[in-house]
Amino acid sequence: MNPTDIAHPDYFHKVVDCQWACPAHTPVPEYIRLIAAGRYGDAYMVNWESNVFPGILGRTCDRPCEPACRRGRVEEGSPEHRKASAKPEPVAICRLKRVAADYKGDIRGRLPKPPTARNGKRIALVGAGPASLTVARDLVPLGYECVIFDGDRQGGGMMRTQIPKFRLPDSVIDEEVGYILDQGIEFRGGTRVDSMRALLEQKFDAVFVGSGAPRGRDIAIPGRNEARKNIHIGIDWLSSVSFGHVTSIGKRVVVMGGGNTAMDCCRSSRRLGGEQVDVIVRSGFDEMKASPWEKEDAMHEGIPIHNYLVPKAFTHDNGKLTGVTFEKVAPQKDKNGRRQLVPTGEPVVHFPCDDVLVAIGQENAFPWIERDLGIAFDAHDMPVVDKATMASTRPDVFFGGDAAFGPKNIIWAVAHGHDAAISIDLYCHGESLAKRPPAHVNLLSQKMGIHEWSYDNAIHGDKRYRVPLKDKVIALKDIRAEVELGFDLRTAYAEAQRCLNCDVQTVFSDKLCIECDACVDICPMDCITFTVNGAEPDLRTRLMAPAPDLEQALYVSAPVKTGRVMVKDEDVCLHCGLCAERCPTGAWDMQKFLFEPAHADDRCHGKHASAVPVEFAGLAAE
Amino acid sequence: MTYLAKPKIHHPDLPKNALGFTRRDYEGAISTLCAGCGHDSISAAIIQSFFELDIAPHRVAKLSGIGCSSKTPTYFLGNSHGFNSVHGRMPSVLTGAALANRDLIYLGVSGDGDSASIGLGQFAHILRRGVNMVYIVENNGVYGLTKGQFSATADKGSKSKRGQVNSDEPIDLVLLALALGATFVARGFSGDKTQLVPLIKAAVAHRGAAFIDIISPCVAFNNHPGSTKSYDYVREHNDAVNRLDFWPSREPITAEYPPGGVRDVELFDGGRIRLHKLDDDYDPSNKVGAMTYLESRRAQGEVVTGLLYVHPDSGDMHDALETVDTPLNALSDADLVPGNAALAALNASLR
Repeated sequence: MNPTDIAHPDYFHKVVDCQWACPAHTPVPEYIRLIAAGRYGDAYMVNWESNVFPGILGRTCDRPCEPACRRGRVEEGSPEHRKASAKPEPVAICRLKRVAADYKGDIRGRLPKPPTARNGKRIALVGAGPASLTVARDLVPLGYECVIFDGDRQGGGMMRTQIPKFRLPDSVIDEEVGYILDQGIEFRGGTRVDSMRALLEQKFDAVFVGSGAPRGRDIAIPGRNEARKNIHIGIDWLSSVSFGHVTSIGKRVVVMGGGNTAMDCCRSSRRLGGEQVDVIVRSGFDEMKASPWEKEDAMHEGIPIHNYLVPKAFTHDNGKLTGVTFEKVAPQKDKNGRRQLVPTGEPVVHFPCDDVLVAIGQENAFPWIERDLGIAFDAHDMPVVDKATMASTRPDVFFGGDAAFGPKNIIWAVAHGHDAAISIDLYCHGESLAKRPPAHVNLLSQKMGIHEWSYDNAIHGDKRYRVPLKDKVIALKDIRAEVELGFDLRTAYAEAQRCLNCDVQTVFSDKLCIECDACVDICPMDCITFTVNGAEPDLRTRLMAPAPDLEQALYVSAPVKTGRVMVKDEDVCLHCGLCAERCPTGAWDMQKFLFEPAHADDRCHGKHASAVPVEFAGLAAE
Repeated sequence: MTYLAKPKIHHPDLPKNALGFTRRDYEGAISTLCAGCGHDSISAAIIQSFFELDIAPHRVAKLSGIGCSSKTPTYFLGNSHGFNSVHGRMPSVLTGAALANRDLIYLGVSGDGDSASIGLGQFAHILRRGVNMVYIVENNGVYGLTKGQFSATADKGSKSKRGQVNSDEPIDLVLLALALGATFVARGFSGDKTQLVPLIKAAVAHRGAAFIDIISPCVAFNNHPGSTKSYDYVREHNDAVNRLDFWPSREPITAEYPPGGVRDVELFDGGRIRLHKLDDDYDPSNKVGAMTYLESRRAQGEVVTGLLYVHPDSGDMHDALETVDTPLNALSDADLVPGNAALAALNASLR
């Protein structure tokens, strides 16, 4: 193998699995260390820079970071886990984010001030959800005049209308949406955009569409029309609940669908009078789209989940719904090896109920965009959007969030928003959208002295801590009472210490190595091998411990004195720094890799005009 | 050294031996030696060897004297018996322990100061007596604990860190061990575990006095140009006469070898050593040849490593003393005090 190019920003970024997996590339270990240090405000600002809604995401994020977390791969080898034969679990990254939000104190002084001078450019943003708010947050400090339109009177979009209050209280939305709207943004609440043509005629310099995926998919089976009074579309019903238009539901409720919306529907039903609430899913339990923790939360509230049932008909009596019949199916592989659901031939199952909530998917809907404006739509009636620039086929119109590529989640909307803001900034300055600004990268030794590192490198054996919940009886009585109580500070510290500091990188210098084997001997995970070089598939089998996970890189050095190379398997490295402690020549060093993705203000004229990467402006300002 | 304990957490796929232990179960406390010390690599090689031999840690007694090397038994086989004796006196304690309980596996760990200076007399007699043990000298040519004075094994003409030239003749412990009747003699290098681990395993399986001289660079005081015990010097002048593989008695030899240049040695317990000759003329069963070869290479500044001499059918101290098979510490009072009649019979036999 050729020596690894550690100067390429992607190499060490990929080692920080959580940050690499986060669509907005939040520097996770950085903020977790700040939480452990009791610097909650700083931890919040690190988050706010990258993901804009730390308090909201700390309660609702889909957490792509957690399945990626290295802790979940290494814990199997810890004595604590062998004793308890417990499942290895990642660090509770998401809930630590909430800790930063809960204990940050007043950070308003650290937010960008409304600009004193405008640059003369006007941007229209359709929808006041996470995507549009992110675009506005990135652009307003640069002098852009941003106008946000939304049919609802309050900002927040789906975060406010579709996520139940017992998961995400209004106060959190008000605060974090407020931080953005207070920066001098013109928010036209209660003003639905009904015509793109009319909007474009208002001579904005650019238009951003962040209108979400607002249409719930319906189901067309017998009885749908006759029993329509008691059949509700999930997301519409959730927003009616959210606005207080719906305050009760029947005693027996069937929720159709296996996604997170279905979980929100069933748990909301339990709080509005539903005593027997059943979730019924076409697929198997493991294939359900809902996050595992949301399924757990639903089951914790006494809601059974039934799998492999396909709805056949609504039963009704004199226009009143009486139940739903389902056909039993089983998974089977067809000739091409594809999994299919095949009826088992067993008799149909009838679930008697008073109300049905249909949560089987969401669709985009753009009836308000005229098709002759130069904005191309594809065969699925989705806008044609560039994945990197978020640009549509019309130069001054950009998309982001669910409106761009269909339903995803908040953190993706934020990532889209950052990218779109860069594009809009480039477009408004007449520059090519392909000229993306580079990310900020900083690599700094953490050595403070002999045996002294500027991070806490001891490995803690603790198992993942659970977030305490409000007593079930009380929680089910009030739909606005938040169920999760959040970590207290003592638990937050303990959970933060489970983080392995994967951003503190093991950096090797072949010139300094004397091949004493000290690092090989001390490495608790057998990550380091000195061996004769070879092709990657061959090398992976010749290491101290085999390295079968091709997703995880091998760090290969240039030849050392004896002609061998150092090969380090990044997969299960604990980043404990013992290799560097034991190295007599300093050939190993622990260096913190800080990666900050580019935002709109980085575009050559911004605050980071110098080529030297710097720490976050928010931290430096303190 | 480090202030941080080595995390107990290990690789999820770490292999287990026949006893169900991982290699990590054979570790000891974390080393307090200097970073990069060759002794730590030797500790790792010992850990690897006992793990691969499927030896239960409680069957091993590790004994040492004084010095950097003699600290190391703390850093391996944390669940074995241990005795840290007086400077240079490890051999007498080991001899006594071996007499009292012949069932344990004895591992003596010493250094060039402990064995070639203050303990040279004890070194000589334990080998003469053929005590069944593995005697390891972690040889770095300097007194590391007292800041790097030349030890008795430092080569004449080699330089200290400050540039002084050593004017004394060195003691070659390997030649001495051969002369004194050790029946398994080898030299290894802490920087080459692929050679060292099979040497230690074969030495453990050998019955009788097994001696391994391991060149172990002192990174703090003896790893500079002018030293003959530095990583660079040993790598450049390493004359490895053979490489070996070791199989315990119960395992069939599975690996395949190209024909030629291979020699098998069967040990007392049925274990086998397979030697890959790197030097065609070297014969490890010829003691006189070995001594001549070692002396001639040493004169050229070369460091001869490998299995240098082995006499597989040698007896040990217990054979010579005709002791009973039961360990002496396991004999009952009735066995030890057989009574007046037995005494009278013994006296009569001497008249």
